[in-house]
Amino acid sequence: MRMKNTQPTTFKKGSGDIAVTLKGVNKWYGDFHVLRDVDLTVKRGERIVICGPSGSGKSTLIRCINHLETHQKGSINVDGTELSEEMKNAEKLRQDAGMVFQNFNLFPHLSVIDNCILPQRRVLKRSKDEAREVGMKFLARVKIPEQADKYPGQLSGGQQQRVAIARALCMEPSLMLFDEPTSALDPEMVGEVLDTMVGLAETGMTMLCVTHEMGFAREVADRVIFMDAGQIVEENTPDAFFDNPQNERTKAFLKQIL
Amino acid sequence: MTEVLNAIFGEFYGRMLFILLDATQFTIYLSLVAFFGGGLIGLVMTVLKITPNRAVRIFATSYIWLFQSIPLLMLLFLIGLGVPSFFQISVSPWLAAGIALTLFTSAYMSEVWRGALESVPNGQWEGGKALGMTFRQTLVDVVAPQALTVALPPTVGFMVQVIKGTSMAYIIDFSDLMRIGKQIANSQVPGAEPFIVFPIIAFIYFVLCFPLSQWSKSMERKRALGTTR
Repeated sequence: MRMKNTQPTTFKKGSGDIAVTLKGVNKWYGDFHVLRDVDLTVKRGERIVICGPSGSGKSTLIRCINHLETHQKGSINVDGTELSEEMKNAEKLRQDAGMVFQNFNLFPHLSVIDNCILPQRRVLKRSKDEAREVGMKFLARVKIPEQADKYPGQLSGGQQQRVAIARALCMEPSLMLFDEPTSALDPEMVGEVLDTMVGLAETGMTMLCVTHEMGFAREVADRVIFMDAGQIVEENTPDAFFDNPQNERTKAFLKQIL
Repeated sequence: MTEVLNAIFGEFYGRMLFILLDATQFTIYLSLVAFFGGGLIGLVMTVLKITPNRAVRIFATSYIWLFQSIPLLMLLFLIGLGVPSFFQISVSPWLAAGIALTLFTSAYMSEVWRGALESVPNGQWEGGKALGMTFRQTLVDVVAPQALTVALPPTVGFMVQVIKGTSMAYIIDFSDLMRIGKQIANSQVPGAEPFIVFPIIAFIYFVLCFPLSQWSKSMERKRALGTTR
């Protein structure tokens, strides 16, 4: 039995075998039907790549999972918390479901390390020293500890995106959402960001990645999901997905991008 | 100070300048009251205008529309002359001018600051939210500091409008530079004709406003350099 839970205070971080469940999720922007009856279950530790043409609803889908967008019909359950339109305190949920954006969304007025420290201080109420320590740990993890005192504007796109990943990891999420993390990057910087994501996958993090990097999908994904016109059209293991796509729309899409 | 002025400008003009400068202090006080009072209310309205609550937003929007659409002169008449005669109470020119200019300033300030807040990309709000920060935390620690650099030059620039705006308070008998100056100009004393007195008054206003304009401009320039870094 599913409990209606609008107060995520009973949140049990990273417990249970299922990280995310979506059932019959529908969303409209005015008349535009963005998500149509989306069903998806993400097991803990699973790595999922979501691809599809632009406007297919893939970004909207993962933005619904951390409540940056709200769905209108169906149910979304993240780590035992039922999301609803009326849900007021989404902060706990968001802290547990880290998000990496296409445009990084680093805070330009703060240094790299302060970008990592601020949310820890405000949300997790950590001391300044502890937050700095954790921040440095994750900056080392994404291999840019030496840039800690620089400002985001002084870094390359690839470095900025790695800082954004480190900043999200500082919150110690149990789930990471990636919204086209390499789409805004120059080609030569895509590799370093993907390497960071592969490294993260190796730690057993549950990951949902919207990306068109098919090499990444083949290497780390447990499942690849293809969306078109707001629906999940096909989902399969990477090998089966790329070598033997079933749906005509999938075939057409793969032909275009490969 | 009188001796110094007398020594430089002669007894007649020294005395006139002394009276004018003495009146100028009230222009400055009224400007400061309007600037800080208006700034405070403006700040509250700015925050109300971006709050998630719709009713609160509508209230703030109405407030801003109302006081941006009423001429300052009209506000001065209403509060300085209308209110006392209608309610049979006495309102000192100080109070009336202070309230009128505060309302006027607050509406403009909150528009400037709202614009500055909106100039911060939406991604900054989302970045804060996605990390689990609340609306208030994101506003205070992420968005406002970035909006401040955008807002500062036009805020200082608007101070000039406030100083010039205080000159209208002469209409409700507020004894500022304008009113005292006008009395001198009307005095029929040879050497204190309007054509002599008014340029002196204009020059005093200029001395008050020009440095602020320049400060605002130089901040604008520095900011432009900063963003192209």
